[in-house]
Amino acid sequence: MGMTMTQKILAKHAGLDFVEPGQLIEAKLDLVLGNDVTTPPAIDVFATTCACGVFDRNKVALVPDHFTPNKDIKSADNCKKIREFAKAQGLTHYYEIGDPQMGVEHVILPENGLVAPGDAIIGADSHTCTYGALGAFATGVGSTDLACAMATGQTWFRVPEAILFVLKGTLKKNITSKDLILYIIGMIGVDGALYESMEFAGPGVETLTMADRLTICNMAIEAGGKNGIFPVDQKTMDYLAQFAPERLANKDFTVISADADAVYARTIEIDLAEVPMTVSFPHLPENTKTVGTFDEVTIDQVVIGSCTNGRLEDLRTAAALFKGQKVKKGIRCIILPGSQRVWKEALKEGLLEVFADANCVVSAATCGPCLGGHMGILAKGERCVSTTNRNFVGRMGHPESEVYLSSVPVAVASAIFGRIASPEEIEKK
Amino acid sequence: MNAKGKVFKYGANVDTDVIIPARYLNTADPKELAKHCMEDIDMSFVNRVQPGDIIVGGQNFGCGSSREHAPIAIKASGISCVIAPSFARIFYRNAINMGLPIMESTEASEGIADGDEVEIDFATGIIHDITSGENFTAKPFPAFIQKIIAADGLVGYIAKK
Repeated sequence: MGMTMTQKILAKHAGLDFVEPGQLIEAKLDLVLGNDVTTPPAIDVFATTCACGVFDRNKVALVPDHFTPNKDIKSADNCKKIREFAKAQGLTHYYEIGDPQMGVEHVILPENGLVAPGDAIIGADSHTCTYGALGAFATGVGSTDLACAMATGQTWFRVPEAILFVLKGTLKKNITSKDLILYIIGMIGVDGALYESMEFAGPGVETLTMADRLTICNMAIEAGGKNGIFPVDQKTMDYLAQFAPERLANKDFTVISADADAVYARTIEIDLAEVPMTVSFPHLPENTKTVGTFDEVTIDQVVIGSCTNGRLEDLRTAAALFKGQKVKKGIRCIILPGSQRVWKEALKEGLLEVFADANCVVSAATCGPCLGGHMGILAKGERCVSTTNRNFVGRMGHPESEVYLSSVPVAVASAIFGRIASPEEIEKK
Repeated sequence: MNAKGKVFKYGANVDTDVIIPARYLNTADPKELAKHCMEDIDMSFVNRVQPGDIIVGGQNFGCGSSREHAPIAIKASGISCVIAPSFARIFYRNAINMGLPIMESTEASEGIADGDEVEIDFATGIIHDITSGENFTAKPFPAFIQKIIAADGLVGYIAKK
């Protein structure tokens, strides 16, 4: 019996030739991540482990991104605690506000060359699964697991089964990778991949950009998945050449592919040409509907950004659609570039000017409103179309506010029309 | 080790944002977090909950964020155990690490009513609904997990070792 891609990466990091689903293993880690919400409690736990220091000062990444620039005194205290810990431990991957490499954790770690194929990564953030886009195993944990991993460089895992998604064809015009992952979550449900890996394969993979794959893997957790993972191909290599040239030059990575006789819990075939323009209605990502099949939904706010859709490609898509258009009067459109690098590139390419001319407001790189932190909180009864990843009750503000998850093109069209709209309507305008 | 208390019953997919909304995540102080536990689906929870009470949820309990603040808030509010047919995997792991007992049982989740008085034997996995007289069985945790929970979480367990 062969192994899945995830199982092979875990076996390698556990020093084993073979692992099987359900097996409990101890695995060495290539990278350990924390943010400003999860790291402060981890620092307290770390102090009780009696470790002299972190296991490797080059393999612990701390990213203040959730409530930054600090939204209040308690958040400032938390960030101060992380800053002092990073300094005391001599961490190389601490990202201060304004650093050229700073930003939202799951946008910057791949951009800063910290992720490569075959890596095993844990992060005290549920969207750590994003890095599977590069052919790495990556999953979210809590603060105590983060603390113990910072001390030891390893953690325990239960070897997961996998669902294989075989992708064929190409996405139609105005349909994006976000529509695909929302469509999948609608199909299998928010616990459809509980405890399992979501492994992607098939000829459709090569049609997806690295930004697409990052968006898809980012939302594996929204189907309950332990991780999402893509095979490594030329696009992965090109990405490494751009963002991780040292690791590429030093051959400091391992391309691992699934065995031909790997066993999957189930296989789901998807023709990309049949993926519809999808929006998730409140209050679960699985409540998907196809744009054009529901009654008018008027809105108050649009958010474009986050670890799901805050990359340069997303901002380029948004700017192309916003060019010469205006946000409908009375609607607020907030754009959050995912990193300082994305922000600066967007400036150079003139995208920020397009947004300003369209009456959008552009924020610094932060998670901000995605989790109801700051920079765009909703009042009672307000509705928001958002390119983020969760639409739970109270996620972006008041418990009686509503979040509709969408792709970037649908978010732009919705901002222009003041209701959930298709980008095709902009063309017809 | 046993637990006994009144049941607070909720539906499927109780997420970490309703267990403890992100607007309160600027602290990890258990007492502060407990003040807002379950606030966005049950405003009356914090005023009604008594030490020892039990939460019974539907499938995929604790889905969403990796915030350890969620099991911390539940535990600090006095809840002695959460019963559900299934738990989201990060919550499952965090609950054990925080020493919050959890039990998987579809039958108990379906059979127990809101407000019932329930007694749980963690060693055997037997869940006794005192109000209805019904018994349910969940798979008990292995000895080492029971020790982690008895030690108030992974940190206490490692310290004892």
